[in-house]
Amino acid sequence: MSTGLKILTAHLEDPELHTLAGYERHGGYGALRKTLREGLTPEKVQEEVKAANLRGRGGAGFPAGIKWGFLPKNTDKPIYLCINADEGEPGTFKDRLIMERNPHALIEGCLIACHAIKAKVCYIYIRGELLKCIKHVERAIEEARAKGLIGKNILGSGLDCEIHVHPGAGAYICGEEMSLIESLEGKPGQPRNKPPFPASVGLFNCPTIVNNVETIAYVPWIIQNSGQAFADLGSEKNGGLKIWGVSGHVKRPGLWELPMGITARQLIEDYAGGMRGPKKMKGYIPGGSSCPPLLGTEIDIPLDFENMKKAGTMLGTGCLTVFEEGVCTVRFAQRIAHFYEHESCGQCTPCREGTGWLYRNIKKLEHGEQLDGGLDLLESICNRIMGNTICALGDAAAMPIQGFLRRFGDEWAAHLGAGRCPIQG
Amino acid sequence: MSVPSLAFSATAMQRFETIVARYPHRQAALLPVLHLAQAEFGWISPEAMEYVGGLLDVPPVKVQHVASFYTMYNLKPVGRFHVQVCTNTSCWLTGGVEILEHLKAKLGVGNKGTTADGLFTLEEVECLASCGTAPAIQVNDLKDSEWPIRYHEGQTVASADALIDALRKRATEGGAA
Ligand SMILES: Cc1cc2nc3c(=O)[nH]c(=O)nc-3n(C[C@H](O)[C@H](O)[C@H](O)COP(=O)(O)O)c2cc1C
Ligand code: SF4
Ligand code: FES
Repeated sequence: MSTGLKILTAHLEDPELHTLAGYERHGGYGALRKTLREGLTPEKVQEEVKAANLRGRGGAGFPAGIKWGFLPKNTDKPIYLCINADEGEPGTFKDRLIMERNPHALIEGCLIACHAIKAKVCYIYIRGELLKCIKHVERAIEEARAKGLIGKNILGSGLDCEIHVHPGAGAYICGEEMSLIESLEGKPGQPRNKPPFPASVGLFNCPTIVNNVETIAYVPWIIQNSGQAFADLGSEKNGGLKIWGVSGHVKRPGLWELPMGITARQLIEDYAGGMRGPKKMKGYIPGGSSCPPLLGTEIDIPLDFENMKKAGTMLGTGCLTVFEEGVCTVRFAQRIAHFYEHESCGQCTPCREGTGWLYRNIKKLEHGEQLDGGLDLLESICNRIMGNTICALGDAAAMPIQGFLRRFGDEWAAHLGAGRCPIQG
Repeated sequence: MSVPSLAFSATAMQRFETIVARYPHRQAALLPVLHLAQAEFGWISPEAMEYVGGLLDVPPVKVQHVASFYTMYNLKPVGRFHVQVCTNTSCWLTGGVEILEHLKAKLGVGNKGTTADGLFTLEEVECLASCGTAPAIQVNDLKDSEWPIRYHEGQTVASADALIDALRKRATEGGAA
């Protein structure tokens, strides 16, 4: 079903793609020039993005055009665009590719998106460890500014727009949009309660849109080719292409840009070279550690937001983590539980206590100890976290555990009181 | 209040001014300025917090609150090479734990330990967004002004072992790269 078309990865073979000259050689900034030349209004740009069915690529899949529509229509406050480049969800490694190899696509997307939402300042919040991304994006901004593409009166159009990089400092929670905003204000990254949503009260208490890197980097192609053309590339309600990742026990882990609605079988067998050895696939996590796992037999479900939800999981970031037979799923879940315990910001009791409780009990189970209340104990901890916290990190910690219990319950039960791990010893 | 004994170099001061100009409020510059301070002073000491707070009109206790929230700021001195091994999902599946255990034994330190010669601090870390090239190791080099953070991807026990030797050689021969 792939037409072979590529958008963000079309010219990766050009080693200069990350420079302005390289990007422009392949038609870069054409969409911005078109927007200005044809005088596309903010409303028109928003319409195209809505028609594109461009779903947020940060994990939740909210339609970008609709999110932009939540901004107040008349406000005398400045409006901000924040780009979420805090990539840190275990298993996820796609935004790095865009920032390192094609940063001008992101910059051009930011400029058009700022026009669409009437923002004059955009902050790109890049995970602090990703130094190469920071350098390439900063350099792209400087080049674009020198060419009059960023700053005052862009290309003589009368439009102003500034773009700045803001480095993170090592905290997964800052990927959550309210935490990101707090962090941008120079505070600890502790999420704020919603509502109010950032579209009304966000950065510096002004209306703010937070979007993922990949989401915004697709905007230029949509403006060049129409929203409908983008929508047509994907599946129902899930427009366009996406950058898919496969890691874990496959022969050739990597990233590929393919349509929304592709299957895990296609990704793993046709692109990632199949499993790395003779062992069969035991299961996979569709899009980062907060998504419940699926079985190795559930690989023909279209990978899009609706179909993954129907299957009892989430598409998340679209970076698959594949594991083979012989991997103990209790130990796997222990790694995940450890992560959330470590990353909880500690504001809400159910999350702060619950993530630690989950981790400690799963660790006990891993070693074949008995749990007071058996596996129901884990289920009840999850239920007490779910829906009772300020941000979605609590749910993100509980959902994969519930998923593991559902898919691999027998294996988990076999650990209870076994005195050791019956799978990996 | 005591007068902070630290100060940015002229180049760092220039960089500081550029950063502050990006935000409508000075406190918003705190994260990037703390990075700058760490690059200048090696770690975020109480004096550094006081100095940064003074520059940004933020009380030192607030600076402390922020600096301690984020893992990238060293609130204690670390070894010249801060070796950070990912053992999260994809790295766990592909040998990250074995690498970590090997390096613990090779360097004779536990998690977050620093070698007696002050060259290496070893730490187990969470996903580095290198899952497609797992297992991954991040090495910070306090003396490398160009690339203070480098990723080493697709590692094995043998390559990680060789990486440590190469870093040690770099330190004894002097120079950054
Ligand atoms: C704990 C947590 C971590 C998150 N981390 C990220 C992240 O690293 N990158 C990202 O784009 N979105 C992340 N998100 C989702 C954001 O909150 C937000 O939904 C997203 O940035 C919106 O952009 P989009 O609509 O373009 O996807 C995270 C959410 C939670 C709850
Ligand atoms: S759910 Fe967890 S991470 Fe989110 S605000 Fe509450 S304590 Fe912090
Ligand atoms: S799990 Fe190690 S880099 Fe992502």
